[in-house]
Amino acid sequence: MATFHFELVDLPREVETLRAEVRGFLQENLGGRAPDQRARSWGGFDREFSRKVGARGWIGMTWPKRYGGHERSALERYVVLEEMLAAGAPVSAHWVTDRQSGPLLLRFGTEAQRQRFLPRMARGELAFAIGMSEPDSGSDLASIRTRAEKVPGGYRVNGTKVWTSNAHLSDYMIALFRTQVVPDKKHEGLSQFLVDPQSPGISIRAIYDLSGAHHFNEVVFQDVFVPDDMRVGEEGDGWRQVTAELAFERSGPERYLSSIQLLIETIREAGTEPDERAAVAIGRLVAHLTTLRQMSISVAGMLQAGQSPNLEAAVVKDVGTCFEQEIPEAVHLLMGVEPRLNSGSQLERTLGYLIEHAPSFSLRGGTREVLRGIIARGLGLR
Amino acid sequence: MNDLQAILAGTVTRLFAAHVTKELLESAEKGQWPAALWQVVQESGLTLPQIPEAHGGSGGTWQDAYIVVSAAGRFAVPLPLAETVVGAWLLSQVNLDVPTGPLTVAPVHRADRLKLTRDGKQWRLTGTATGVPWGRASTHVVVAGDGGEPMIALVAGGGRVKADENLALEPRDTLVWNGTPVVAAAPAGHRLPADAVQLYGALVRSAQMAGGLEYLLSQTVRYVGERKQFGRPIGSFQAIQHQLALLAGHTAAAGIAAANAFRAVDKGAADFEIAVAKVRTGEAAGLGAGIAHQCHGAIGFTYEHSLHFVTRRLWAWRAEFGAESQWAAEIGRRVAKRGADTLWSSITRQ
Ligand SMILES: Cc1cc2nc3c(=O)[nH]c(=O)nc-3n(C[C@H](O)[C@H](O)[C@H](O)COP(=O)(O)OP(=O)(O)OC[C@H]3O[C@@H](n4cnc5c(N)ncnc54)[C@H](O)[C@@H]3O)c2cc1C
Repeated sequence: MATFHFELVDLPREVETLRAEVRGFLQENLGGRAPDQRARSWGGFDREFSRKVGARGWIGMTWPKRYGGHERSALERYVVLEEMLAAGAPVSAHWVTDRQSGPLLLRFGTEAQRQRFLPRMARGELAFAIGMSEPDSGSDLASIRTRAEKVPGGYRVNGTKVWTSNAHLSDYMIALFRTQVVPDKKHEGLSQFLVDPQSPGISIRAIYDLSGAHHFNEVVFQDVFVPDDMRVGEEGDGWRQVTAELAFERSGPERYLSSIQLLIETIREAGTEPDERAAVAIGRLVAHLTTLRQMSISVAGMLQAGQSPNLEAAVVKDVGTCFEQEIPEAVHLLMGVEPRLNSGSQLERTLGYLIEHAPSFSLRGGTREVLRGIIARGLGLR
Repeated sequence: MNDLQAILAGTVTRLFAAHVTKELLESAEKGQWPAALWQVVQESGLTLPQIPEAHGGSGGTWQDAYIVVSAAGRFAVPLPLAETVVGAWLLSQVNLDVPTGPLTVAPVHRADRLKLTRDGKQWRLTGTATGVPWGRASTHVVVAGDGGEPMIALVAGGGRVKADENLALEPRDTLVWNGTPVVAAAPAGHRLPADAVQLYGALVRSAQMAGGLEYLLSQTVRYVGERKQFGRPIGSFQAIQHQLALLAGHTAAAGIAAANAFRAVDKGAADFEIAVAKVRTGEAAGLGAGIAHQCHGAIGFTYEHSLHFVTRRLWAWRAEFGAESQWAAEIGRRVAKRGADTLWSSITRQ
């Protein structure tokens, strides 16, 4: 049987100094922030905050110095991320660059692209969006139809992307287009591009989520010109690159910390001497949280050692998103309070926010069903 | 895992794979003590992995013990190996000699109180301990009792025994002592927590469960690859694949939770990590056993098939040395006492 391997990883002592620095920074910058605001975490978009994080050297931490990175370890980066998320810091304006787009350019971009984008990413000055999904292509991503046809000096793009988070706020989008139609071979002929959302021919329409918030968008391309030097990687290599990119996004602490503010508020509400029922419910969630953290650190350790723990990362994301969705359910059963939006206690408001947003936890970045397929493949079943 | 640990893992796996056969498991369930197996395990130096050499052990760590105890769970080894590991540890911590032969520990239930009284130079033990694992088969029992202060005592086996079994037909006997002279006794001192038997018992059960889950995962993956219905292996059906993905998640979580607790014991106070391990592995055990059975269909529900040797143990073990609710309540009370705003800092403190 093909199998996974989770080794316990000891975080090196030095990271505790870094942790203390991050905590100090967060205390200073987010001190008075309410729990229901913190619960937005990697949904919160705040350029000024991202610039401050960049100034501290906490974006692109593992990248080479010549691209503005800091050549620190994957475990140090892990500590910064977990502290940011546990505190509910609004990291969205640099989240995509740090986690996905930067590593993508490092691996597949041209030297000129790296020079041009990475240092500004690391300073927290550039916000990126991801244009993969289309109206008819969700889980079946390889079926996308947005066409990039070769024209002199570049490509002409026509089609529609959808669910593009922060497209309306971002400086660039990394989009997946079809550069060639290969009959019966949908994984071939795909390529990735850096796209300026201000380019002529692009229109961005807001899509409001069920809570009424504007976070994702429909992005329509009508005869949009994208120059050759904005193609990422070789033409036709898009599928391989996207698969690698999505593996970066599965492994981190963001896959089990999304509901932590609600757990904290529940502990507050239960008081310092909780009854047996509350103690059992809280203790169980804390046991899961503690365990997930060890699993996630284990994946970070494998990344640090230069391995590609794709199966392990998928396992952590699956177990982690189940846990994130379980917290609002457990809190509802335990506390029996009404979920609220704009009034009520912090517990009620945090619960309200998370009940509405929990469904997305097992959709974004690839659904639970797709993820379990990846795990099954890792186990040798497909 | 370091090189020595990899060698140890290979050794235990080969040994158990060779000796723990279906016939052996069945005869153990009928009450037959597998003396030859115990002999091999003891001679291979696997019974005292983390006991200092000065006390006759292998001089390793609790992380080494994890390798042995989880493998014992993986193979459903019908021996008080986990109990010996704990009993010998308690003795070594109070500087008492560790005897050879299988050990067990008592009391496993918090309500059972055992008293030690002084009689000249001699200590005598009085009380009833229920559900003592392998009570009838152990040459000695390591007892935590009250002798004016918390004490650890070593009692020879063989006293009054009322035989009983857990769900997996492992001996869980009631032992009765009535002024029985003990072999040796010493104050528990500050090196052992008051509930040491419960705590270390929960620790080893969590490792056994983590091992049991590893078996369930590999066995179930193998089975769904072999069993064909509708002209194809059932493992090619998405519904089955998703069940196995879930089982993989629980197995991974159980393994890391248990291993983390053993590591914590090596570092010092580990009651939080042990509680976490017992909660997480216990929950995984229940859910994992359910998935494994569902994927095996009727054949897995037979006595003929070996799946139940592990699933019945998982169902029994999750309730022993404190079920999930008991340990979760301890975690919950502890976290609540420290206050909501210290949750994260206490989880990240190593
Ligand atoms: C909050 C949020 C933010 C997002 N941000 C972005 C973004 O920035 N950029 C971007 O490109 N996309 C983004 N997405 C889109 C996301 O990647 C897709 O939602 C996801 O890939 C699923 O596609 P879909 O929504 O079309 O669902 P579908 O693919 O239509 O799936 C619907 C249901 O069917 C199931 N299903 C589909 N195929 C199978 C199968 N073969 N076997 C079993 N079950 C199957 C799915 O698991 C799901 O349960 C975002 C989504 C959300 C919710």
